[in-house]
Amino acid sequence: MISTTTVKETQFTEQFRNLLKSETNDDLRRLREEAFAAFSLMGFPTVKNEDWKYTNVAPLLNSQWSATSGNDDAAVDQRFDQLKAFNFRRNGFTALNLAFADLKVVHIAKETSLAEPIELMFVADENTAIFPHVLVIAEAGSKATIVESYDSPGKSFTNSAIQVIVGDNANITHYRVQRDGIDAYNVGTTEVSLGRCSRYDSTNINLGSALSRHDIDLKFTAEGGEAFVDGLYMLNGSQHHDTHSIIDHQVPNCTSHQTYKGVLNDTSRGVFNGKVFVRENAHGTDAQQSNKNLLLSDNARVDTKPQLEIFNDDVKCAHGATVGQLEEEELFYLLTRGLPMTLAKNLLTYGFAEEVINKIGIESIKSELDAAVLNRLGAEI
Amino acid sequence: MLLEVRDLHAGIDGKEILKGLNLQVKKGEVHAIMGPNGSGKSTLSKVLAGHPSYEVISGEVLFEGNNLLELEPDERAREGVFMAFQYPVEVPGVSNSQFLRLAYNQKAKHHGQDELDPLEFNDYLKEKAKVVEMSSEFFKRSVNEGFSGGEKKRNEILQMAVLEPKLAILDETDSGLDIDALRIVAEGVNTLRSSENAIILVTHYQRLLNYIQPDFVHVLAGGKIVKEGGKELAIELEEKGYDWVKGAAGSK
Ligand SMILES: Nc1ncnc2c1ncn2[C@@H]1O[C@H](COP(=O)(O)OP(=O)(O)OP(=O)(O)O)[C@@H](O)[C@H]1O
Ligand SMILES: [Mg+2]
Repeated sequence: MISTTTVKETQFTEQFRNLLKSETNDDLRRLREEAFAAFSLMGFPTVKNEDWKYTNVAPLLNSQWSATSGNDDAAVDQRFDQLKAFNFRRNGFTALNLAFADLKVVHIAKETSLAEPIELMFVADENTAIFPHVLVIAEAGSKATIVESYDSPGKSFTNSAIQVIVGDNANITHYRVQRDGIDAYNVGTTEVSLGRCSRYDSTNINLGSALSRHDIDLKFTAEGGEAFVDGLYMLNGSQHHDTHSIIDHQVPNCTSHQTYKGVLNDTSRGVFNGKVFVRENAHGTDAQQSNKNLLLSDNARVDTKPQLEIFNDDVKCAHGATVGQLEEEELFYLLTRGLPMTLAKNLLTYGFAEEVINKIGIESIKSELDAAVLNRLGAEI
Repeated sequence: MLLEVRDLHAGIDGKEILKGLNLQVKKGEVHAIMGPNGSGKSTLSKVLAGHPSYEVISGEVLFEGNNLLELEPDERAREGVFMAFQYPVEVPGVSNSQFLRLAYNQKAKHHGQDELDPLEFNDYLKEKAKVVEMSSEFFKRSVNEGFSGGEKKRNEILQMAVLEPKLAILDETDSGLDIDALRIVAEGVNTLRSSENAIILVTHYQRLLNYIQPDFVHVLAGGKIVKEGGKELAIELEEKGYDWVKGAAGSK
């Protein structure tokens, strides 16, 4: 027998066996087993894997995690096909997520508009690993806002997945705010599929964690869809964040916009990899992508790679990436009006990030973020 | 004495631009500084404001009797030195009102006065905006971003009105203003003029000095003040051109 698993993976084997004992749903048990087998085979990604080239997850694997999983959401039964559609073979993390999945279903009925946002908050205890897996099904013509937040204070490992199915003419606004503590590890995957003439507007804020990784995989499955996949990562100390996103125009006449901004201080490190595919028959596609980075220190670093792969001529596409520093003349201007250096830098940083912050429609999140940016260098305002 | 510049030599990138400049400004006075392009007027303004790229080689600058040159630009501002930029800088993503409130509160805090919350400040700002007849539509917009040349200059004077400096150095605030805007800005400056503050007007045009009557006119050429006089000097300059004073400098 050839074993490809290493010590790092085996810590989950025993815990997985225990979990299976309490799994009463046969379909789910088989799916979990299949996912765990995939995990055992793949192991965790290493920097030799092109998609993980800049993100070394070794520190996360050198710790011992106690895996926690809740009871299955009864509604999963009816949504089993959608759960099965989750691409758990993407990598070791997605496979492990499905194996241990703490399942929850959010169903937004046809033609209903929810006034209040749906709040999904995930908090892992010290030294535990959590595996939230949420299925969001927005039926045709529905409208809702989802607030997905990660708030683990201590050393913990969050490995999450969310599948969002946006029905025909449905309109989903999705905020994902990751503000785990500075010793936390956070790996998450967002899968989105958009139906006919639907709209999906997401804002992904990454502030916390020692090491975080977010994969976004969005597909248009019918014509007329529009998606915004925007984000901000703001890193201090030796924080590391990696966003990998795929926006797949498989069908004609869809529009996607992506604005990602990064603010990197100290010795932090950011990675942005954004692929936009425009498939052969996807005429009338409009795809805009940009990633802008502000380095506040000489020792911070970012690796950015926006990629457009276009297989159709009748499209409107633009993409670009920049890495820059604060403008000296702007800084001097603010100083001459009496703002101390740290406040002046914070204000310019705020100006840089403003485009993403200001699209946040929930005042509590927006003001928290305003304060986080304006106070980040320790200046009182 | 509010400002005293003694034998100032300063430059940039190893090039000496100010070559022994002297200037004395008392509270309540308005000084005009005129002079040909490249003579060092903006250099003087930036040295007084504390621009980090400029290097003071020798000489002294005293503000209310204290060494101004050892203060950081933001400290100078809080002490009451203000420079209106010849080319105001755009600050994307930062709203005018947010910026002005932060600036106002920093100064208030420094002088032990009450800071204003956004609502209180908004009322204060509306009052100040009347000085330059600026519509409140400009408060929400990013600082100078997309402003026309004239709007930027007006915004500089709005900042001056909000910060109430003891010494305001206005570097060619009149350039790029249309006739009406020039009158409005000039009237604004006159409103802000008091026995407690002083203004240095850097300008190329006698026109501005018809509106804002200076107490003294200085001609800067080759990094030095080469001629000084009252407001009639500006009229004479307009007629005779700078060759006349440059000649005078040469014969000195
Ligand atoms: N980085 C630099 N290196 C060398 N020379 C410089 C530099 N910056 C400015 N100068 C020179 O310094 C001189 C003085 O410039 P300054 O801007 O002070 O002139 P000014 O009197 O304000 O002119 P204007 O009336 O055109 O505004 C000019 O000759 C300019 O070219
Ligand atoms: Mg000049």
